[in-house]
This record gives sequence, structure tokens and C-alpha cells, in this order.
Amino acid sequence: MTDQATMEAIARLVPEGSRVLDLGCGGGGMLAYLQAARGCSGYGVEIDDANVLACVRRGVNAIQLNLDEGLAIFGDASFDIVLQVDTLQHLRNTEVMLRETARVGRVGIVAFPNFGHWPNRLSILRGRMPVTKRLPYQWYDTPNIRVGTYADFEVLALKNGLKIQDGFGLQDGREVRLVPNLLAGTAVFKIAR
Amino acid sequence: MYFEEPLPLRSGASIRAYVLAYETYGKLKPDRSNAVLILHALNASHHLAGLYAGQDKSDGWWDNMIGPGKPLDTDRFFVIGVNNLGSCFGSTGPMHPNPDTGRTYGADFPVVTVEDWVDAQARLLDALGIETLAAVMGGSLGGMQALSWTLQYPQRVRNAVVIASAPNLTAENIAFNEVARRAIVTDPDFNGGNFYARKGHVETKPKRGLRIARMIGHITYLSDDVMNEKFGRALRGAGSTQELDPLVDSAVRYRYTTQDVEFQIESYLRHQADKFAEYFDANTYLLITRALDYFDPARDFGGDLSRALARARCRFLLVSFRTDWRFSPGRSRELVKALLDNRRDVSYAEIDAPHGHDAFLLDDPRYMAVIRSYFDAIAGAAP
Repeated sequence: MTDQATMEAIARLVPEGSRVLDLGCGGGGMLAYLQAARGCSGYGVEIDDANVLACVRRGVNAIQLNLDEGLAIFGDASFDIVLQVDTLQHLRNTEVMLRETARVGRVGIVAFPNFGHWPNRLSILRGRMPVTKRLPYQWYDTPNIRVGTYADFEVLALKNGLKIQDGFGLQDGREVRLVPNLLAGTAVFKIAR
Repeated sequence: MYFEEPLPLRSGASIRAYVLAYETYGKLKPDRSNAVLILHALNASHHLAGLYAGQDKSDGWWDNMIGPGKPLDTDRFFVIGVNNLGSCFGSTGPMHPNPDTGRTYGADFPVVTVEDWVDAQARLLDALGIETLAAVMGGSLGGMQALSWTLQYPQRVRNAVVIASAPNLTAENIAFNEVARRAIVTDPDFNGGNFYARKGHVETKPKRGLRIARMIGHITYLSDDVMNEKFGRALRGAGSTQELDPLVDSAVRYRYTTQDVEFQIESYLRHQADKFAEYFDANTYLLITRALDYFDPARDFGGDLSRALARARCRFLLVSFRTDWRFSPGRSRELVKALLDNRRDVSYAEIDAPHGHDAFLLDDPRYMAVIRSYFDAIAGAAP
């Protein structure tokens, strides 16, 4: 979902000049954009060799770590913004990482595929797991080991004592504020302790 | 290059009238912005890359890394290799005469530290007219020097590439060094460090001690897996090839000997040890392992590495190797954390190479690609 419109929609949530930690930063596209367009600084965390390499090549700071081993390397409230863009669904310890996100950053921005989006519901009603542009994988080969909805996240945040400062959906790069759990393929939340 | 002026050392002693052997590769740009200083580890030298004319097998020790079109591309960067004080490859060391007494230094060569080396390297750069380095780079002990550069001369370094290194040695690491040193010092031929040829005495190199020191070192540079893969339990009698064939091996009978070489790994270690004892100096081994032991930039800051690294200004690339147990990834992560605490620009690659500490000298494509990309980015951002 690293299409430009979606990236820009999420980047708009990041104040100018923020110190940013991007968990699961991929090839560093978001950080490079935030540095160039919004004067931000910061680091990406990545597990994948090729992605770390891509970051180094474009001059984005990348730290090669397995997020499932935690964020002990980062100090409390050491970032203005911690991004988890399409990361949460790959993590074994989703809940720990959510709390860690709130510990390390003053504000966390979490974006993930919303399984409550209506085409997914329709597919399940037909008795099949959804395969869409947003969720292009078959059930047996998907890297998405956490399958949740917009509404599920609200419950999880509450359970972990996190405040949702803002929440909305993204669909085709546009914000969806009306029934996002049904009408958006991507859920976006701004959370804080 | 000859330096007359005394260099004050951390020990309180000083060294004067010394020589630093160095080599350079590539061309210094007119604005002098593309200089890269390479720091060597225990048994390497200023000869980084390429061959000496007419000498086969004289490849530089980092020839896979440095050269035209290599990850550190000498078509773009002016690369400097320097042999450290106390070493045995051309710079002033224990085998040379002490200008104060006229006698060979031997055991009297002053103890030199990583910081002293960096001071000496800085003087070399002064003499070469290079104020600022595009980068310093080193692996292992060389990485410690690169790190120390960023703390001693923060304004002179724009990038530091610190590979398979550590903020200090662990007790286990010091222990390995001590075993090596005792092997050398207790060799009767060591003669208190004064084993060089002098009036009425022929040279008595403490080769037995050096061999054992090298064996110990070599074991710690490899990973268990790679040793098993390379040698396993293969017997020497099974042939000289390193290919493992269990059928052949089980057909070869043990020789039931305690002192002869039975296993391939023994043969390999002895071979490496013999080679090393021929070219390396025993006093140098003591000095360099001691420099490793003493390195601990956090010591002046109550052990607080983050405070120690607050002086650094440059961008960093750190690389470690998962199977390196001598300078484990955890040690590199300590450095990363201290740099993060100081909000320094840092990237960190943890390469899943099987070769242990030695990986920093080998050709892992992921490792080479990261270094290449980092230098590409430096060249792209050059002033």
C-alpha cells in the first residue's frame, strides 16, 4: 500500500520537523519523503537485508532489528512520532509492540489493512478468505499473521490504556471518516499514552 | 613518513623520531574532500589493496573491499592505509632502534593505545594536508580506531564505518588475549622481549609462543558452524582436500597418536600458526592485544557509553555479523544505542554471514553491497 497518495495521507499526520521512528520502514520511502517534504529526521527499523540496503542507498538511517525482539534500543519518549505503517499485521507480539510504540514515541501512528472493509466481509460471507488489491495473498501464503478490523483496534488500544487521538480510514488515498470500518481498506490511528 | 616531534602517549611516555608507513590509492580531489582513512586490526598493515609490482600473492589485506570499482571505489575516493606504531610492517615498532639509547626497543617499546594511534594518524593527515576525512573505516580493532576518531577529532570526520567492532573488550576477550600473551612471554626464546639479533646474540624468535597465540586467535575468529563445515571431524590421513566424505573418513583408521596431527582442523591451525610465526613480531602481538584490552571510551564517563559518544558529530554506519562471537552483534548494538541516545545519524546492518568474526574480511554480497551503497551515498552527497 506504499502508493504515493496513501503515503502522503499518512505523512500529513506527521508535524513538520518531527523526529520520526518508522517501524518496518521497508526501503525507506516514507522517511525519505518525510525528510524531503516535511523536514523530519529519524530512523527506520527493518529486518530485511534488501530493505536495509535500499535505505542506506538513499541516505535514510536504518537500523536492522527484528521487531519481535522489542525496542529496548530506543529510549522512552525519544521520538515525536513512531510510525507503524503496514507493520502490525506481520508481528507476533502485536500488543507489546503497540505499548512499545507508545513508550518510545510521544505519538504513534498505526496503519494496517482493515479486514472489516466491505469487500472482505462479502468474501467471507461467500465462504472464502478475501483476496483483494489491498490483501493480495492467499490464506495459505499471507505474511499477514494478524488479521483485525478497524473496530478491533479500538478495543485493543483501550485494553492497553492508549488514547486514540484520531482514527479514520483510507481508501484510494482519501480519508474515510464515515463508517471507516466498513468503507475503508486501510485503518489509520493516532495513539498516545 | 618520518616524524621528529615527540608524540605524547596515554601512558605518560612519548615516542619521537618515528616512522609511519602508509599507502594511498586513488586521487585526492583539488578540494581535498574525498579522503578515506582505513584502520587495520591486529595483523594487517598499510597495504590495503592491489599487488606490489613483480610480487605474486602480495594482495592488500582488504583487496576485495578497496580498489577501482570495488565497494570503496578508489576511482572516486582517495584512500589512505597506515601501519600503526608498534606494528611490524614498516612503521616504527619494537624491532627498531630507540633513538634515545641507540638500542633496539624490544620490550621497552612504549605501550600504545587506540587513542595514541589515532593521534599519530591525525599527524599523518596533517602532513598530507588533509584536514577533513570523508570517512574513516575499520573492522574489529580497526573499527575501534574509527570510533575513536569520531571522539578525538569529531570535526575532522564526516562519516565513520565501524565493522564487527565493540565499545570495549569483554572479560572473555581479554582472557583470550592473555592466553595468547602468556604463550609468547613464556616461550624461552622470548627472552623478556629482547630476542632480536644484537652484538654477540643471534635472533631467537619466540615462534612457539606466536604459533599458539595465532591458534587461539584463529579459533575465536571462526564460528563453530563454519569450522564444522570446513573441517568437521575429517582426518588428516583422509587426504589433503577439504571436501568431507564420511565414507572415505570412516575407512581411514585412527592412528592413536597424542602428538601427531590426526584431524584436519589441527593441520589447518598448525599451518596458519607456522605462517604467522614467520612474519609476525612477538612484541607487536603483545602491544596490539594490549591496545585492544585498554580501549574503553566509556571509562572516563563512569561507564556511560552514551555520554562518551556525545562528542561524535559524524554519520555512522555500523555492521556486525550474526555468527561473530568475538565481537558479537550485541556489542555493535550497544554502540548503536549510544549513538541513538545522542541523536546521531546512524545506520546498522546485521549480516547473517556464517563465518564468525572473519566475515569482515570476506566477500559476503550483502555486506559488500551495504558498504558500497554507503560510499555511493557519501559520494553523491559530497560537498
